[in-house]
Amino acid sequence: MNAPVLRLSGFGKHFGSLRVFSDIDLDVMPGDRIAILGASGSGKSTLLRCINVLETPSEGSLELDGDVVGQPSRSGDMRFSERELCALRQRVGMVFQQFNLFPHMTVAGNVAEGLKTVRGVPAQKAQERAVTELQRVGLADKADTFPSRLSGGQKQRVAIARALAMDPEILLFDEPTSALDPALVGEVLGVIEQLATEGRTMLLVTHEIGFAYHFATRILFLAEGGIYESGTPDDVLKNPKRPLTQQFLAEHRRFQF
Amino acid sequence: MTYIWNFQDVFNNWYALAIGAAGTLRLFVVCLVLGMGLGLVIALGKRSKNRPIRWLATAFVEFFRNTPVLVQILWFYYALPIIAPIEIGPFLAAILGISLNSAAYSAEIYRGGIQSIEPGQWEAARAIGMNGLQTLRRVILPQAIRRIIPALTNRGVEIFKMTTLASVVAYVELLQQGKLIASLSYNPLEVYTVIAAIFLIILYPIVRLTYALERHLARSD
Repeated sequence: MNAPVLRLSGFGKHFGSLRVFSDIDLDVMPGDRIAILGASGSGKSTLLRCINVLETPSEGSLELDGDVVGQPSRSGDMRFSERELCALRQRVGMVFQQFNLFPHMTVAGNVAEGLKTVRGVPAQKAQERAVTELQRVGLADKADTFPSRLSGGQKQRVAIARALAMDPEILLFDEPTSALDPALVGEVLGVIEQLATEGRTMLLVTHEIGFAYHFATRILFLAEGGIYESGTPDDVLKNPKRPLTQQFLAEHRRFQF
Repeated sequence: MTYIWNFQDVFNNWYALAIGAAGTLRLFVVCLVLGMGLGLVIALGKRSKNRPIRWLATAFVEFFRNTPVLVQILWFYYALPIIAPIEIGPFLAAILGISLNSAAYSAEIYRGGIQSIEPGQWEAARAIGMNGLQTLRRVILPQAIRRIIPALTNRGVEIFKMTTLASVVAYVELLQQGKLIASLSYNPLEVYTVIAAIFLIILYPIVRLTYALERHLARSD
């Protein structure tokens, strides 16, 4: 039996008295691909952002490969040391809805930045690695371009390469296609699909239910401040058992043809 | 009656003006480096999570921004030796007055620049494992400084012209030397005209240089 890469237990986040989610227990096994669905405001992005502590979780525990990260605090949110955070984030990569590329660096510069600044890899080697990662997302020819010259889809592929360059054990995708023209969604999903075939461990917050069905090994449906329903894509998306999941999916199918 | 311009006495004293120009440049460079360097430190202090540091930085800005530089220079020169056992010369008094004042102003410029960077930039940098300082150095400041170069250029020009205030404590710079020449040759009109021209001749190329820098940094747009 494998050990989980990521284990959340009793995981919760509240902003003051506003409870976003609580008591989330989740084991992520190596190679798992988990799609997190839910209505807007259900806390799916917040959950993802709490996993790499861009948002500080309030309670519970977070374990990476069995190592506990962060400490509970009696008052307010959990506590994390700067060192813990930097180590955690190198192991858990993140891809954002708005790409957030560094506009003052070239495409290869963006991808090499973490290696150079965080890992201390010499510039030449970091650059080579950057080009390798750019090849993986099909953008090696754009290495010396600045991000302002790229389409949204290309930007997001660079952002994926930037995350991959750090060799993360887990990749988090926060609505990676929501800011894209419909025509550009495919190329980004194609890259994510390709990562799936490489057996990478990924968590994906998305509104692309069709993609979630094909991509995920497991679906989490968030509602009422927690994991409302979970299971295989077939279970949750084809035969949802609980009313809010059914309602959510019905709403999504309304305009299908 | 028409005034007859006579620059002869001014040009005869070119050496005194050269010494003055050297004094002006020396004061300018020191105040530029100290003012803009300290300004960044103060700006970061104002963003600190530590409340006393934040309070100190704010107090610094408000104090030096809301008192005249001329008074500060005079105060450092005449008053500081009375309350503290330190005698400071005109050069140091001028450096203190001009640098601290410029630091207060440029701190606000830096702060505005840093605040104008989208939160997503911080998040993206932190998400690849950078610490706060690395994020600032590699991601935030390079972008912020690009945006505030016009404002910093203004500040630099202001610093250059503020150096004339040092003449109040008889620091040897252009205006001080000009006053000297004017009082010896009774030709204030010619002297101050030449001094104004020297300022223009030195400053204009420097400003042009910052335009070039702006263009160079905008190449990624």
